[in-house]
Amino acid sequence: MSSLPFVLRSLLRDLKSGELAVLLLALLVAVASLTAVGFFTSRVGRAVSQQAGEVLAADLRLESAREIATSYDDEAGRRGLAVARVMSMPSVVFHGEDSSLVALRAVGAGYPLRGRLRIADEPFGEPRATGSIPQPGEAWADSRLLARLGVPVGAKLSVGSHEVRVTQVLDYRPDQGAGFGDLSATLMINLADIAATGLVQPGSRVSRALLFAGDTDDVAAFRDWLKANKKPGERLQAIEDASPQIRASSDRAGRFLSLASLVSVLLAAVAVAMAARRYAARHLDNVALMKCMGASQGFVLRQTVLQLVAIAVLVTIAGTAVGYVAQAGLAWLLRDLIRADLPPPAATTAWLGLVTSVTILVGFALPPLLQLKRVPPARVLRRNLEPPPLRYAAVYLFAIGAVLALLYWLVRDPTLVSVVAIGIGGTFLALALGGWLLVKALAPLRRGVGVAWRYGLANIARRGRDSVVQIVAFGLGIMVLLLLALVRDDLLENWRASLPAGAPNYFMINIRPDEGEAIEAFFGERGLPPTELVPLVRARLTAINEVPVSEIRFQGDRAQDFVEREANLTWAASLRDDNRLISGTWWRAGDGGGPRVSVEQEYAERLGLKLGDTVTYDVAGEPVTAKITSLREVRWDSFQPNFFMVFSPGVLEDVTGTLITSVHVRPDQRPALVDLVRQFPEVTIIDLDTLLSQVRDVMDKAALAVQYVFLFTLAAGLTVLLAAVQATRDERRYESAMLRTLGASRRVVFQGVAAEFTALGLLAGVLAAAGATVAGYFLAREVFNLEYAPDPWVWIAGIAGGALLVGVAGVLAARSVVTQPPAATLRQAQ
Amino acid sequence: MDTVLEAAGLGKQVSSPEGTLAILTDVTLAIRRGETVAVMGASGAGKSTLLALLAGLDESTSGTVTLAGSELTALDEDGRAALRARHVGFVFQSFHLVPSLTALENVMLPLELAGRRDARGAALEVLGRVGLAGRVGHYPRQLSGGEQQRVAIARAFVTRPDVLFADEPTGNLDAATGERIMDLLFGLNAETGATLVLVTHDLALASRCGRVIRLDAGRIVGG
Repeated sequence: MSSLPFVLRSLLRDLKSGELAVLLLALLVAVASLTAVGFFTSRVGRAVSQQAGEVLAADLRLESAREIATSYDDEAGRRGLAVARVMSMPSVVFHGEDSSLVALRAVGAGYPLRGRLRIADEPFGEPRATGSIPQPGEAWADSRLLARLGVPVGAKLSVGSHEVRVTQVLDYRPDQGAGFGDLSATLMINLADIAATGLVQPGSRVSRALLFAGDTDDVAAFRDWLKANKKPGERLQAIEDASPQIRASSDRAGRFLSLASLVSVLLAAVAVAMAARRYAARHLDNVALMKCMGASQGFVLRQTVLQLVAIAVLVTIAGTAVGYVAQAGLAWLLRDLIRADLPPPAATTAWLGLVTSVTILVGFALPPLLQLKRVPPARVLRRNLEPPPLRYAAVYLFAIGAVLALLYWLVRDPTLVSVVAIGIGGTFLALALGGWLLVKALAPLRRGVGVAWRYGLANIARRGRDSVVQIVAFGLGIMVLLLLALVRDDLLENWRASLPAGAPNYFMINIRPDEGEAIEAFFGERGLPPTELVPLVRARLTAINEVPVSEIRFQGDRAQDFVEREANLTWAASLRDDNRLISGTWWRAGDGGGPRVSVEQEYAERLGLKLGDTVTYDVAGEPVTAKITSLREVRWDSFQPNFFMVFSPGVLEDVTGTLITSVHVRPDQRPALVDLVRQFPEVTIIDLDTLLSQVRDVMDKAALAVQYVFLFTLAAGLTVLLAAVQATRDERRYESAMLRTLGASRRVVFQGVAAEFTALGLLAGVLAAAGATVAGYFLAREVFNLEYAPDPWVWIAGIAGGALLVGVAGVLAARSVVTQPPAATLRQAQ
Repeated sequence: MDTVLEAAGLGKQVSSPEGTLAILTDVTLAIRRGETVAVMGASGAGKSTLLALLAGLDESTSGTVTLAGSELTALDEDGRAALRARHVGFVFQSFHLVPSLTALENVMLPLELAGRRDARGAALEVLGRVGLAGRVGHYPRQLSGGEQQRVAIARAFVTRPDVLFADEPTGNLDAATGERIMDLLFGLNAETGATLVLVTHDLALASRCGRVIRLDAGRIVGG
């Protein structure tokens, strides 16, 4: 028996008759949601790879916080390598009284050695590549900086004690890194201007880099030479070292979005299972008939599998196309955060669509459809003959296996898979339990309402399991949107409200020790509150318990990052008010206990430090070793200068460092800051309000992207509703005909349906609001240490939104059923 | 004339809450090629079960059935399906047309299942023969009961079966339409030389058959 043409013909017939509409739609949502995220992540990933070659703007890069000797330039020159110098530091630029934090980059001739700068004539204008750099007295500014200061190209900006004119908009520099960029806008000036700014002083937070490029062999040889000859504190970066880190961060973001889209996939899979069950039930008679005419079990099986394959191919193509369009939206939402041109996604990403649809079909649609194979042919004579019942244990095992396989394929990390699987499973269970309780709670309400509502509520109770599935599907979608839209804002507001009035709103860094007194005097003169200047010494961790850190394996990227970065150290005689000792003892003045250090507890945990351990730092070329004698908890949001490492007095005093402080400046005192910078140009002022609003901006955009992905969850919820309506179609048709035969008007029947779905939506809204509140409470208390006041808007928006969404969707879906004349329905039912 | 369908000691028992229930007991019969046989009996006498066993739609608990020279009771489900495809046609009381297929597609179905390439031509020819040439594109819901049964008859004859089983073929039709349907059924039967096994309550219908087998409480009591 030749199956394929027959299968295709019957598939076409099923498609024409709408039998498969819900199944196809649910599958489409799943494929579109995963491929949208997949395409987007692939584009970011490819941008990262494409730029990996130029991410250093060189072949080799030597970085240091201190002056880099010119002997390296000479050696590189002798070997025929090109050399360029770069300096960068956080700073503040002024335009009149407006100021903005910038990442100042001073670049020397030849920069960039690899890749090209791109500039534009106006903010957000059409960029073009250029081979030049800003001339002395000129500056190229990021569009964001110009927008923030509200100035056009041509404006003059004060950088320290120097003034530069913005001549171009800087669109792209090779070493900005792809993926998710930093907060500050870039201002690029010529290296020759840096002295005039007066920003570079001993101990100021400057990062210097020496760039080299040339033939591969020359570079490799020079790299070996540098390794042998570089000084402590100088870090060598080659392309192989730079790209994995950037890739890791963009991979993490991609994985997170994939997991978010997985929730939609799960809901869509539930809809697929419901639709497949209904499809199988409706085809029992046909299959019995075909068997009666001689179709073998093998033929029925082949037909089922081939049909699924055809569906998989069809939906993969359509869903992938939808996903491709949808990813453009995601890229648009995140356009400011991804500071790179996104190339088209890798073609192999399209496999994701096929894998998704096949996994869902095999896990969720195949088990009910396999039942068709086992329909007894004698059903043509006795309709009550059914195939043997589904073995639910096997079915669930299939489904769970499929989900885990998909999950593993997405994240490729067994630990994360188990954590996520348990998390998702737990959330679903909790929501299902909540939904079940809500459905039960409806029963007593039936007595007190009119006929339409009683009919609607009775339906919810009677279709208990399906009702719970729908409530969970919508509840989950609405809950996530509430969390992202309302609870996130609440948390931020609560945190702001928890800050004491008059908390510092400006940080000042890079204060020279010899200017400390002058700054204090300036504060006094200008009526700024008296301030405490805290010493800061930069150093590099070299050993723990005399074992070099290069020989220690640290857990996690963050710890590695801590070790690689220069650390900020301070010393203090007494414990600050916003610090609390949690173990060990603090030192007393002149107790003769030698060099000791107190460590912030989270930092200690990350690096695996304990009381009694010793840490060795390279401080300006000298090793300094101290014993850990206490662990502290720090309230970072006091906005006072705080440190991971606080040394006992008498250890670091002789080292040249800087001072830092924080201060509360009232709006009317802001002009004083302009004067401060003019008088002390090397001091960098960081505006916390601006910084916080920048952080918020990033959070908003990230949240928007996640919300966007969760819109697919709502779409998947809708397919669950459609599947549920479809599954009860015949029942509803018959019931509505009966009711109308008994004298109910069409309006009453309609109201009953509306009541049912509105009530379902209300329940989903209640569940969502409760879930969002609990999650908000948990996040506030456990993660952010905040008091959480439940927001009534969460409940209002959740319940009203749920009732409206589900009510309207349900009525639309069930409309055709109740508008059919009763006589036709009753005749069909015979 | 040779025997096309034969049952020996055929029995069917099912378990029920009240214990084992015998639906058919020790049925032995032989039907020759081209014969027309009516199976009669009260409701619950076991007529439909006998039909299901003779056509290989169900499995007996005892005895054997031989159809067109093959012992049905020795075959598995797929073996029986293959035998049905080659030798058997069905007409049912409730027509059993596939609602999503047109009249033509319904008639093509058994030929398509058998992998026949000329399905369309053969189906059109038989539909013309039953007087539905003008309605081949209609769906079952657009046809009257009599027309639906004619489609079902066309579907049963399109494979030129050796044995045609009919289960109360006029049960859902009014007397006049039923009469016309039976004329058609017997006419086609005579034309093709098929064997007809007909389950019915209707004495008039049974009287048109060459032989009547009476069932009572699962046993043959006459015929």
